[in-house]
Amino acid sequence: MIRAAETRKNAPLWVRLLVPKDAPLYQRNEAILGWLMAFPALLVLTIFLVIPFLMAFVMSFTNQRLVSPNPTEWVGLRNFERLLTVRLFTLEPERDEGGALVYDDDGSIAYPRLRNFTRKNPDYPELNGLREFTSWQSGENRTVILAADVVFLRALINTLIFAGVIAPLQGGLALLLALLLNQALPFINVFRAIYFAPVVVSMVVVSLLWRFIYDGQNGLLNTMLGIVTFGSFQPVDWLGNPYTAMPALIAMSAWQAVGFHMVIWLSGLQTIPTSLYEAAALDGAGAWQKFRYVTWPGLRNTAVLILIVIVIQAMGLFVQVDVMTRGGPLDATQSVVFQAVQRGYDKQDIAEGSAISVVLFIIVLAITIVNRYLTRDRDTS
Amino acid sequence: MTTMTWETRHRLIVSLRYTLLILISAIFIFPIVFMVVSSLKPDLQLLRDSGSLLAFLPYGDVSLNNYADAFERVPMAQFAFNSIFTTVVAMFASILLNSMAAFSFAFLRWRGKALVLSLIIATFIVPFEVIAIPLLLVVNSLPWIGPQGIEVGWLNTYHVQILPFIADSLGIFLFYQYFRDLPDELVEASRIDGASIWQIYTRIIMPIAGPILATVAILKFLVMWNAYIWPLMTIRSEELRPIMVGLQYFFQLNTQWGEIMAYLSVVTIPVLIFYLALQRAFIESIATSGIKG
Amino acid sequence: MKKAMLTLTLVVFLVATAPMVSAQTELSMWYHGAGNYVERDLIIQIIEDFNASQSEYVVTLEEFPQESYNSSIVAAAAAGDLPDIIDVDGPVMPGWAWAGWMVPLSLSEGALDDFLPGAIGEWNGEIYSVGLWDAAVSIYARRSALEANDIRIPTLDDPWTGEEFDAILETLQATGDYEYAFDLGMAWTGEWYPYAFSPFLQSFGGDMIDRSTYLTAEGALNGEAGVAFGNWWQSLFQRGLAPGTSQDGADRETGFIDGRYALQWNGNWAGITALEAVGDDLLFLPAPDFGDGSTIGAASWQLGISSTSENPEGAAAFIEFAIQDEYLAAFSDGIGLIPATANAAAMSNSYAPGGPLEVYFALSEAQALVRPVTPGYATLALIFEKALADIANGADVQDTLDAAVDEIDADIEDNMGYGFDM
Repeated sequence: MIRAAETRKNAPLWVRLLVPKDAPLYQRNEAILGWLMAFPALLVLTIFLVIPFLMAFVMSFTNQRLVSPNPTEWVGLRNFERLLTVRLFTLEPERDEGGALVYDDDGSIAYPRLRNFTRKNPDYPELNGLREFTSWQSGENRTVILAADVVFLRALINTLIFAGVIAPLQGGLALLLALLLNQALPFINVFRAIYFAPVVVSMVVVSLLWRFIYDGQNGLLNTMLGIVTFGSFQPVDWLGNPYTAMPALIAMSAWQAVGFHMVIWLSGLQTIPTSLYEAAALDGAGAWQKFRYVTWPGLRNTAVLILIVIVIQAMGLFVQVDVMTRGGPLDATQSVVFQAVQRGYDKQDIAEGSAISVVLFIIVLAITIVNRYLTRDRDTS
Repeated sequence: MTTMTWETRHRLIVSLRYTLLILISAIFIFPIVFMVVSSLKPDLQLLRDSGSLLAFLPYGDVSLNNYADAFERVPMAQFAFNSIFTTVVAMFASILLNSMAAFSFAFLRWRGKALVLSLIIATFIVPFEVIAIPLLLVVNSLPWIGPQGIEVGWLNTYHVQILPFIADSLGIFLFYQYFRDLPDELVEASRIDGASIWQIYTRIIMPIAGPILATVAILKFLVMWNAYIWPLMTIRSEELRPIMVGLQYFFQLNTQWGEIMAYLSVVTIPVLIFYLALQRAFIESIATSGIKG
Repeated sequence: MKKAMLTLTLVVFLVATAPMVSAQTELSMWYHGAGNYVERDLIIQIIEDFNASQSEYVVTLEEFPQESYNSSIVAAAAAGDLPDIIDVDGPVMPGWAWAGWMVPLSLSEGALDDFLPGAIGEWNGEIYSVGLWDAAVSIYARRSALEANDIRIPTLDDPWTGEEFDAILETLQATGDYEYAFDLGMAWTGEWYPYAFSPFLQSFGGDMIDRSTYLTAEGALNGEAGVAFGNWWQSLFQRGLAPGTSQDGADRETGFIDGRYALQWNGNWAGITALEAVGDDLLFLPAPDFGDGSTIGAASWQLGISSTSENPEGAAAFIEFAIQDEYLAAFSDGIGLIPATANAAAMSNSYAPGGPLEVYFALSEAQALVRPVTPGYATLALIFEKALADIANGADVQDTLDAAVDEIDADIEDNMGYGFDM
């Protein structure tokens, strides 16, 4: 069946395409089978994930609407410009006729309203339609960061903060729980099951329940904090206050998922040979030193896996926002996927929604590549 | 307390530990208790109690009325059947497809493997919500062989709820990690014994993949059981709807909170049971799976 | 003989196929009432009556949960899979008509003569949909609470003025008897915001969009009247008179009934529950007049015909059958909504003269103003909702309204005017 004289050069094309360069040609059966076994999964992923994503990618360069009789047209990078345009602008203070500064009632320097520049001002066409994202004082002037889409920018930053906070928080809490449960006590499996329970409850359900818990007037959380502090705790409107809404979402999300990562840590802990601990004990190591020099190094790969999974899932933040806050108050809980969904479906601007998905994909891809690069680097050193 | 014996000290430490474990348990379990207790109360009492510790006390006008009403509002048996059916089929199919692909990536040599593998991992980062509309257009133009011959369009069927989800990158990745850490001799030895590749997959590898199998199964179970956006878009007959869509039935002009709590309890409990059944395998799985890199 | 056989065969064939030729045509209908068994029974009753009343058509029903009904329709339209008869929320109809998903509804002359204006779905000079009912909003109050504080009870002809109303809220809040003086229902995100709150803006003299052209919101939403409304709106929350965006559904449903809120802005559909809890002390009061008259939102769910229907006459026949007074009254009795005609109102339990909710029919007749009639409504509503939520949470009023106007105008431009002449 396999001709002895066959070389890479005279072998049929399909053989050359299938068999790796450094493998002998007689392994063609293995190569065929390799493709065949991966094929069903690849086919499913291609049809139901890759192709839709490519369609979204193409749509992001058009003005496609969900509901419209108007023809679809190419619009180049317009959707991306609308999302990502950011400009610096210096606002000069108001002066009276003599050129002296004008002050507000409260003694701060008065500035003209930004809308005079950003709304249909023919002298500043480049600023038209931009909005203030943030600003700060620089000397007499005010420097303003203007953005075409402050909501998206806020969503992007929120999502990055959400991911950046929840990764160490959830990962760390999960590790603490794992350390607490990593011992042979009676009933320990019962506790494991309880700590894992929120994971199996749908996020929609969890979000509905926590809306009650976070209620500002008579929520369970305020009530319980009041009991614990003997009534000295002032009730907080957790989801209604721009400063507490995102922390509240983070806490709830961590609560929901921490059990899953706890289980992953637990299994990581069980792979560390007990002989290492015995050796450390012989050397007189204390509990902290054992953790620092035996446990933690043994968990490094687990840590990398947990970090990647949490970050990728966190970047997809959606259900909690949709059910609990709808992005508010004052955009404090906007998220990228929530914006993609709201624009793509609710506002029927599927092109803009697709553009957001593409931006998200690129960002997460970049994070993943950097992460892989960093962890690779340490592997070889 | 210098007179404290070693034994009392040990006992003290153990009981402290249990106290801590129980306190933490309270944090994890209280919303679920809230849900179940609320499901027994009439709406007004439920809402009034929701702000105080009374929320955890089944008192007052406690009954199973909410359950009866919820079952009347939603064709629960039909929805449950649909969910169980789609979930079970997708679970088994995804175990087969994901493990075959992972086996190929882990043990077989073929050209383009590294590239394909990184592409698969890249697909992990596309959230479902952002491709739902294009996916709808895709499934609407796919053919299917039905009773009347070849038909185009998958809307309003069981398979539109199942097939898009029978392979996923996380599942492949988890299997792959697990397989990669199995000792090479396992495969090499059987090869020398003349086992075919398919035999190695079915007789050698899969039998020892139980733990990771449980992990992938649970993850798929959760995804399928909790599905609601996709069925809302693709299913129009009540006979084909899954269980989480039923939740939407309760948001009427006056939201029926008691019934919602009852329905949520009924929806959640099978998942907890399923998890408990698989828990042992699940924890071992991650213990032996590829985490050690 | 052979010929006779052939004839016989032919006759048998014709007889056998005859019922097939004249077989009834199936009309599919989608409805938003899944989960509401009272509503389902009512709609099934109508369908059964219709199917029995003639032999040409058979209507079949698919039900969807209301929360996600629009998504289901949009998905079906994208997939080219719409039913014959569509159930559509009033303000959304122009969008679907503009997109070509619906065709004008031709009913027999005079069929809609007695209908409340809010129950008729008109766009671009054509009628596309008709509703069996309308809904209305009013202020829920307790007579005893008003009398205890010497507050005048307003009437339809003589509603509270804006200033009067504001002072009343301050008075009620100052009693210390209530957590909040006025519950707006901020917990009900989504369509409630434009439906229930844009009438305040209109009463101030503004609007969500400039209805003379439907091409811009400039001046209507962010003009003087709009800003005046915005400032008042923001002050409700800053002065602690109304619960804000973080209100949960539980408080919305129990707050007034339990006496924690003094007044409540709520729809007629909640009237029966409140009456059961509060009793005769309960009043339904008209919206205050902030200077430009009192208005309330109009238009609820309506029936129309999809453009892909092969039997629009059949669909129209069904719709005409369904809007008979007896069904209007039956729906009203079943789910508490306002019957679309005076005759039907008289036949209903709640809206008949002397009925507990009678006042709502008058409200609907006198003050109802449909939400902006444009295909851009879906987007407009979301932008408006976000602006109101942001202002309630303390955002700068003028800047927020400006930004909303910019977004609305950009959306209109992107859509080439939504069918209006640019």
